Amino acid sequence: MSNATSAPTNAAALPEGWEMVVGLEVHVELDTATKLFSGSPNRFGDDPNTHIDPVTLGLPGALPVLNRKAVELAIRLGLALNCTVQSCTFHRKNYFYPDLPKAYQISQYDQPLNVDGFLMLPGDVRIGVERAHLEEDTGKSTHFGGSSGRIHGSDYSLVDFNRAGVPLVEIVSRPDIRTSDQARQYVNELRSILVAIGASDAKMEEGSMRVDVNVSVRRPGEPFGTRCEIKNVNSVRAVGRAIDYEARRQIQEIESGGTIRQETRHWDDAEGRTHTLRAKEDADDYRYFLEPDLVLLDPDREWVESIRTSLPVLPAARRAALAALVGIDKESEAAYVLVERGQDDYVAEVVRAGGEAGRAVVYVQQAFAEEGAKPRVPAADISALTVLERDGKVTATQAKTILAEIVLNGGGDAATIAKDKGFEALDTSAVESMVDAAIAAQPDAWAKYCNGEEKAMGALVGAVMKTSQGKADGKVVTAILQARRSK
Amino acid sequence: MSFPTVAQLARDIREGKVTASAVLEEHLKRVDERESEIHAFNLVTAENARAAAVEVDRAVQAGKPLGPLAGVPIALKDNMCTRGIETTCSSKILEGWKPPYDATVVTKLREAGAVIVGKTNLDEFAMGSSTENSAFGPTRNPLDTSRVPGGSSGGSAAAVAAGFAAASLGSDTGGSIRQPAALCGLVGVKPTYGVVSRYGLVAFASSLDQIGPFTHTVEDAALVMESIAGHDPMDSTSLLQPAPSLLSVLDQGVQGMRIGRVVDMPEGSEPDVLERLDAAFAALKERGAAIVDVKLPSLQFGLTAYYLVAPAEASSNLARYDGVRYGMRVDAPDLNAMYAATRSQGFGAEVKRRIMLGTYALSAGYYDAYYGKALKVRRLIADDFAKAYQSCDVVLTPTSPSVAFPFGDKTADPLAMYLCDVFTIPTNLAGHAAMSVPFGTGAHSLPVGVQVLAPALGEATMFRVAAELERAR
Repeated sequence: MSNATSAPTNAAALPEGWEMVVGLEVHVELDTATKLFSGSPNRFGDDPNTHIDPVTLGLPGALPVLNRKAVELAIRLGLALNCTVQSCTFHRKNYFYPDLPKAYQISQYDQPLNVDGFLMLPGDVRIGVERAHLEEDTGKSTHFGGSSGRIHGSDYSLVDFNRAGVPLVEIVSRPDIRTSDQARQYVNELRSILVAIGASDAKMEEGSMRVDVNVSVRRPGEPFGTRCEIKNVNSVRAVGRAIDYEARRQIQEIESGGTIRQETRHWDDAEGRTHTLRAKEDADDYRYFLEPDLVLLDPDREWVESIRTSLPVLPAARRAALAALVGIDKESEAAYVLVERGQDDYVAEVVRAGGEAGRAVVYVQQAFAEEGAKPRVPAADISALTVLERDGKVTATQAKTILAEIVLNGGGDAATIAKDKGFEALDTSAVESMVDAAIAAQPDAWAKYCNGEEKAMGALVGAVMKTSQGKADGKVVTAILQARRSK
Repeated sequence: MSFPTVAQLARDIREGKVTASAVLEEHLKRVDERESEIHAFNLVTAENARAAAVEVDRAVQAGKPLGPLAGVPIALKDNMCTRGIETTCSSKILEGWKPPYDATVVTKLREAGAVIVGKTNLDEFAMGSSTENSAFGPTRNPLDTSRVPGGSSGGSAAAVAAGFAAASLGSDTGGSIRQPAALCGLVGVKPTYGVVSRYGLVAFASSLDQIGPFTHTVEDAALVMESIAGHDPMDSTSLLQPAPSLLSVLDQGVQGMRIGRVVDMPEGSEPDVLERLDAAFAALKERGAAIVDVKLPSLQFGLTAYYLVAPAEASSNLARYDGVRYGMRVDAPDLNAMYAATRSQGFGAEVKRRIMLGTYALSAGYYDAYYGKALKVRRLIADDFAKAYQSCDVVLTPTSPSVAFPFGDKTADPLAMYLCDVFTIPTNLAGHAAMSVPFGTGAHSLPVGVQVLAPALGEATMFRVAAELERAR
């Protein structure tokens, strides 16, 4: 990565005196039974062109009828993003493409359903949400032959209209994001919210969540620079990489005397770089106008309030509640992981059953990755294990072995397993004599340790563990060694 | 020439005086005799119609309940989808296309027992006022075959005027039912926007299009309207209203009603047409109505606004004919060339003209000056009507400034053709109801229609006045 044309791709800080300005446009497929304007199933992965009807195919004379469930899910999302839900209209966005059956997409334009919300990121960073509006998805084109994978130059193309008319919400952030980490956090948090409120499965790999990135750079305090939009960003990791690459590219361009053209760029994940897709002057004129086949959508207040009441506790609040309960940082990895998996309630159950909070968090985080929000293991079993370890009846290592057994069997009594495995914790006097034996056997290591070489302790602890066949508690051994040294 | 009415036929069939099959054969016989001259139809569905008639006859014999239109032969404008039956909009681009579904009006007609005899000719995609823009050749006016039947629903009008069907359905975006009704001596109704479902009507300009009937009498129009109107969950712009009750008001007369006369009416009508309008006012006054002068100052801008709004919507509605999924495709080396070749060869000149007009009106930098301004005019016209209807119940105008004109008379000058609709267009822009009623003859002894305009959902009032005009004729 030494030549000048290939910008660095690691997430290190930008060159001194530069700041990136990032906004995200996220498209999310709503988890409805049927499409936005017709009764065909909204389902991914079936045989091509099996979920079609006159409306989906844009047959002459067919008319759209708005799916109430899609509106409800979009409102749920709007409320979860602290938006104002307002009366709104639909517009036609006109352009020709084979996977756009009517040659226009029904979308929302100057009067969207949800406006003026925000999303909180770690460190109390507030990212504005300009709007979250409803629109229909296009079909899916596959191009055969040719080298570009695009329609121009291909031998032929096939279109699958199963996706055409699937309800989407487009969530447009304000240009409030300043680092690629924040961008990734934003996408992750949005996905957590979408899953939590049941609006979408939000899978980037299946395309049910798609992210377009707008990037510009400036010197802090200056007005916004010219932005480029990056498409084909297909994973959270790619979001970060694409933003970092693009910001550096723009800075290099400006510092070498160039200017940034407003354009759409394509992220090549294998090469780790963006390249020009089309310049602004080549952009389509979409000739937006009010969709005459639909009427004003004016969600009545009572309905909106009942949707608000039905919202679950959102991930941020769940992390805070878990953090308060078990005494961890609400922005810690454990808090994110457990809430993401929906296992925060389970941890709380373990604690309520008398379990030790800190250990409960560690156990569930480490051993329940494959379990869902409702693990098969009774919370009482985990609770009992934490108590056993806390009381020094088993060592941390032994506890881990017992935990694996409990998870494997979907439950089990920790004390019985400990007994079966011969995991009786050694009493302190037995450990002390083993420590003394280790010191006697390795006088060099002991001398180094006494001279402050902490690393030398490892050999002594190892010897005790070997003698005790792993039954000695490492923490107890360390404590005895420290006590001996300070005598 | 006089043909049996819908009401008569339905009654006779119900009472067993005549069979639906016999009625159908009478109509098909007239088709055999004159269709090659008139060209009312793109397709005559004789076999399906015979089967439908037999079914009605069986139901009559078995004493089963019958729909209000049982056994009545009805023709459909060829821009309404019929399941498994070619629907072309008189365009090469849709030639051979068979819809997989029925339009809501078709379903309703079938439920009412109607026998559908065929699909009628029209100006391509309903764009025109003479039916000369059909890709399959013009329709002739049965009353004078050297003249046009009007348009765009000229085939539907001619089919009824020639006795090929007892009634027909047309679509009216700027006058396409009322003007041909006037030119063929028929009753033609443009219902309030949203009263009749548009589901399955191939869109020209979605915010203006509305389906309505052609009939010989006001009573027949009421009968058909009651069968095809009413809320349809498949059309989001369909009003949450049951079908209006119209037959019951036909005998109520106009005593005490206020009839508006437009004092600032657009000029250019033939003297005979204006004379018939005056006669209509006189007749209604004589029968107890008051004539009230009203002003509709924005009416003069209606034509201009219409020729921005309608083409703008059309440019979007017709973009789907791209050769990808159905209809005509002209192969070419790449996608854009295929689009261009298909659309160049598939659409006729008038359709292309309107697509270009509409695309321009919606383009960045021009939207505000053209489409945006047209929407404002649309509101002004609605406001003017609202004011006028404070002092009157209906407004009377000519339907068409002239009687039926000869072929080729206006084809060289699109603007002259557009002026045919100067009196009918404002109703569509306002979303109101209007109908044309024959009221005597003008130049060349050709029929003249008087147009009755009513506010939104004013169908009952409108039909009362129309029925009275019919009695006074």
